[in-house]
Amino acid sequence: MNPQLIMDGLIAGAMIGLGAIGITLTYSILRFANFAHGEMISWGAYLALATSGLLGSLSGALLKPIGPFSFGWSLPLAVFAAVALTAALALFVDALLFGPLRKRRSAIIIMVMASFGASLALRSLLEFIFTSKPVYFSKALQIALPLGGGLRATPDQLLSLTIAALLVVAVHILLTHTAIGRSMRAVSENLQLAGVAGIDVRKVIRTVWVLGAGLACIAGVMAGLLVQIRPYMGFDLLLPLFAAAILGGIGSVPGAMLAGLIVGLAEALGVQLIGAEWRAAVAFMILVFVLLLRPQGLFGRAE
Amino acid sequence: MSVELVAYIAFFLTMALTYAVMCLGLNVQWGQTGLFNVGVAGFVAIGAYVSALLTTPDAPDRFGGFGLPILVGWLGAALATGLASFLVGWLTIRLRADYLAIATFGVAVTVQLVALNLQSVTGGPFGIGFIPRPFTNLAGDPLAFSLLNLGVLIVVVVLLYLALEHLLRSPWGRVLRAIREDETAALALGKNATRFRLQAFAIGGAIMGLAGAAQAHFVGFIAPDNYVPLLTFQVWAMLIVGGSGNNRGAILGAILVWAIWAASAGAIASLFPPEQQARAAALRIVLIGVGLCAILLLRPRGILGEERVVSRHLARLRPTRRAASKPTLPES
Repeated sequence: MNPQLIMDGLIAGAMIGLGAIGITLTYSILRFANFAHGEMISWGAYLALATSGLLGSLSGALLKPIGPFSFGWSLPLAVFAAVALTAALALFVDALLFGPLRKRRSAIIIMVMASFGASLALRSLLEFIFTSKPVYFSKALQIALPLGGGLRATPDQLLSLTIAALLVVAVHILLTHTAIGRSMRAVSENLQLAGVAGIDVRKVIRTVWVLGAGLACIAGVMAGLLVQIRPYMGFDLLLPLFAAAILGGIGSVPGAMLAGLIVGLAEALGVQLIGAEWRAAVAFMILVFVLLLRPQGLFGRAE
Repeated sequence: MSVELVAYIAFFLTMALTYAVMCLGLNVQWGQTGLFNVGVAGFVAIGAYVSALLTTPDAPDRFGGFGLPILVGWLGAALATGLASFLVGWLTIRLRADYLAIATFGVAVTVQLVALNLQSVTGGPFGIGFIPRPFTNLAGDPLAFSLLNLGVLIVVVVLLYLALEHLLRSPWGRVLRAIREDETAALALGKNATRFRLQAFAIGGAIMGLAGAAQAHFVGFIAPDNYVPLLTFQVWAMLIVGGSGNNRGAILGAILVWAIWAASAGAIASLFPPEQQARAAALRIVLIGVGLCAILLLRPRGILGEERVVSRHLARLRPTRRAASKPTLPES
């Protein structure tokens, strides 16, 4: 078997994991499966692309590749702006759609349906603005470096993996060691009780959207850098995201990341064994097996 | 009125009624029972493909083509889709409410993938053609042909409507509502919520499969592209606009939304230059998505809304109660 599939799987898995953290947080704290989360990935990537292009047109020096990487300083700078813009988009959708539904104490399933509608509208809006033609951050080709043991990876891939790992550690520390993290966990345990205990629930909800959208944006930029940018990129990731969030156990950040890597590796293996056209079915098989054997996931608690 | 216009209206209504059947199926799952199915397109596709395989003439390059009568195809489609829905429901209905949504989404993605890739059975991206259409011997007379096809679908919709209204008012339908409104209370009365939900999900799925089959036989050709998530979305928009929980609302919503959809397609074709039409089509989907969210926010009941009281036992009590609370109003 080709050891390279491990590298492919890890990279796909890191993107799935970052996205799944957002899914698992909205699921455990806002209590609904957010079908619009994939759109945060696509919007994040397009926003970074647009900002990076704008910066590049202001100063050509920003486009000069940094060291071994395929992109110039315009991209890292654009990522900061794109994270902020994607978070703003998530807060905007919440203020317009989910907030009023929450206030009306709508059933969970109405929220799910609203997210389904938002997903379609946001995705088609991207298709309207940018058309469905795939675009790239950089057209430059990168030489993969041998890592030993038959593994090869490009500098971009290694950087993405490192950033994903750092982000997961950071989010985990945020949730376990800071005041807002404790508030978030309290709200996920019991919203009413947390409110009575003086926790600012609205602030917690804002934090969830910002965190989820920010991570989704970075996952989108990674996908754009390593694969390509399309309006459907986030929607196509949705099933792997849900599979990873449920496999990891709803509410568990390390679980989501680990499960993301498992889903990514399983997809890479599936591509190798059955063929690339069946990739999307791998996540579904994982989902079915988790729901059959351990519906609470790896790190979740049984209800 | 010219013959072309009548034929076109008949064609339009026939198409709208196939969506009405999907809507009625979704209404059993969502409207009556509160089960959220994000994979309507997948279940419709199962019905369409099963019926196509059963009824098309033998094809050398793929499996099947059994050349069976159309009626057998339709029944087979309903059975197969009902069975698939039962399996999905059995897997997820005992778990959290939105696991069913995620699983049905997965079904839709996987069915699409199978339709696209399992070329030896589904014909791959080119789909299956030469699906027998009812009354082919009359194809020379477009008016009679389209009116008879419309007649078939009217009969299907009316029969389904009557059956579903009967179910809705039966003890079975009332248990479904009880479970949807207050599961704990229904459990306390000794009703097995999971089993009732599973039955409703399977019945709704079977109706969607039937709709898929009817549509396939009406158009005469199916391909994976017909069963994208947009279809799921349209059926949802139809049910929500018409009024979920109300079978007449489901039919009305289907016709109304299909009319808006067809009219906007015509408007785009005439207003935009060819190179901009793909973009304009995307904008049309944005509007439908925003519209659905707006209805959820502004008028969640839809146009017709749900009948609050369906039991004939309660209906007998109602006039007296109303008279007691509002003595000045004349009884309606």
